[in-house]
Amino acid sequence: MFDPPGPRGRRRSRIATTAVVLVALALVAIAVRRFDAAGQLDPAKWRPFLTWPVWRYLLTGLGATALAAGAVFLLASVAGLGLAFGRMSRFSWPFRAYIEVVRTIPVLLLIYVVLFVLPGYGLDLPLFWKLVLPLAVSHAAQFAEVFRAGVLAVDRGQAEAGASLGLTSAQTMRHVVLPQAVRHVLPSLVSQTVGLVKDTALGYVVSYLELLQSGRVLANFTHLLIQTFLVVALVYLVVNGSLSKLARHLEARSARSAR
Amino acid sequence: MSHLPALVDGFLTTLALVALSFTGAFALGLVVVVLRVGPLRVLRFAGTAYVEAFQNVPLLVWLVLFVFGLPEVGVRFPLFATAVVVISLYEAAYVAEALRSGVNTVAHGQGEAARALGLTFGQSLRHVVVPQAARRVVQPLGNIGIALTMNTSLAAVAGVVELTASANRVNLVEALPIPLFVGAGLCYALLAAGIGGLAGVLERRLAT
Repeated sequence: MFDPPGPRGRRRSRIATTAVVLVALALVAIAVRRFDAAGQLDPAKWRPFLTWPVWRYLLTGLGATALAAGAVFLLASVAGLGLAFGRMSRFSWPFRAYIEVVRTIPVLLLIYVVLFVLPGYGLDLPLFWKLVLPLAVSHAAQFAEVFRAGVLAVDRGQAEAGASLGLTSAQTMRHVVLPQAVRHVLPSLVSQTVGLVKDTALGYVVSYLELLQSGRVLANFTHLLIQTFLVVALVYLVVNGSLSKLARHLEARSARSAR
Repeated sequence: MSHLPALVDGFLTTLALVALSFTGAFALGLVVVVLRVGPLRVLRFAGTAYVEAFQNVPLLVWLVLFVFGLPEVGVRFPLFATAVVVISLYEAAYVAEALRSGVNTVAHGQGEAARALGLTFGQSLRHVVVPQAARRVVQPLGNIGIALTMNTSLAAVAGVVELTASANRVNLVEALPIPLFVGAGLCYALLAAGIGGLAGVLERRLAT
């Protein structure tokens, strides 16, 4: 929506660029001075993050995050597939109701139910499941919508072609529609996984030792609160950033092959 | 029943969190999306970095960093204000992405036509692209509003006594888990339905 700039435009954009960079540098300088004034830039407060034991502890937390995310992914995709097909069947209302209701309940409320209500009824789950179960319940609904969108994105003519070849509707689904739906689904499935990994940070609430909770324990132990949580944020950024990048890559590829 | 005021207070706090954070997220998202589609490369980079940072790090991490971290560098804000700021910052990334894909769905030719007519970048954005994009953006923004409503519950973890926290607190005293948590869930569903309805009305208004 803009032309390649002429000489005046280039000059103007150079000036604007310089101004922006200066403002950004000023902001960084203010932040650094704040940190320095509070003594948070002391090298002694950052050196622990160059040592292996600290990283081993955080990476163990990351492993637990991956484990929880993997379990939620498995449960939610199986349940989501069931919900998606249920919603596309003739008997769709209970599945629809589940998807709509779960979408409007905060995950934290579900976690509180598992933490504080279920034990009253004699169901005290292990920590891992206190985190995984509510997340799976919530993400199943989102996965269902992703799968349904994928199946609906396959051209109707494909199913009709399958039927006219004499395949049953189950066979059509399995051999004709699903293989094509996977291509539509894959990118959104990966970006869904980013949201899922982010939600495992709720381990902080159930005190399951995933990445954020590990960071909290570490911060309590070392009294390096800001430093620890900044490092934790950085780890999330790297992990989820890579996943987001993968999702964009898959999306670009499927957009290209669809043409 | 004596705890009803506490629950109403919690609900009102959630309502205030939603309203203030959504306003903040929308305003900030607007700025970020202008950076991302604009002609300056530094600004495009800044916009992209912003969206990446907030979409890839959990809201809870941001909340913990701001609520517990800022006092460590001598910056103190009231808890509620901090929660509003963090949720606004976080959801602004999603608002920006929704607005950007709205802008992108307006055919490329429209922007070029506006430019060919001699409108500047700002003018073509204002008179040609935005009016067409606005309608397509309402539903996604509604969905962000609903997600934001769900996310305000995380403020409970940082110590803001909103709906989820007050239901939990009253339950610790009264031990009436089912009515309390189902009631809180209903309140959230009601809020979400309200936002969805509002988005529907707005969409029809803009469709003319």
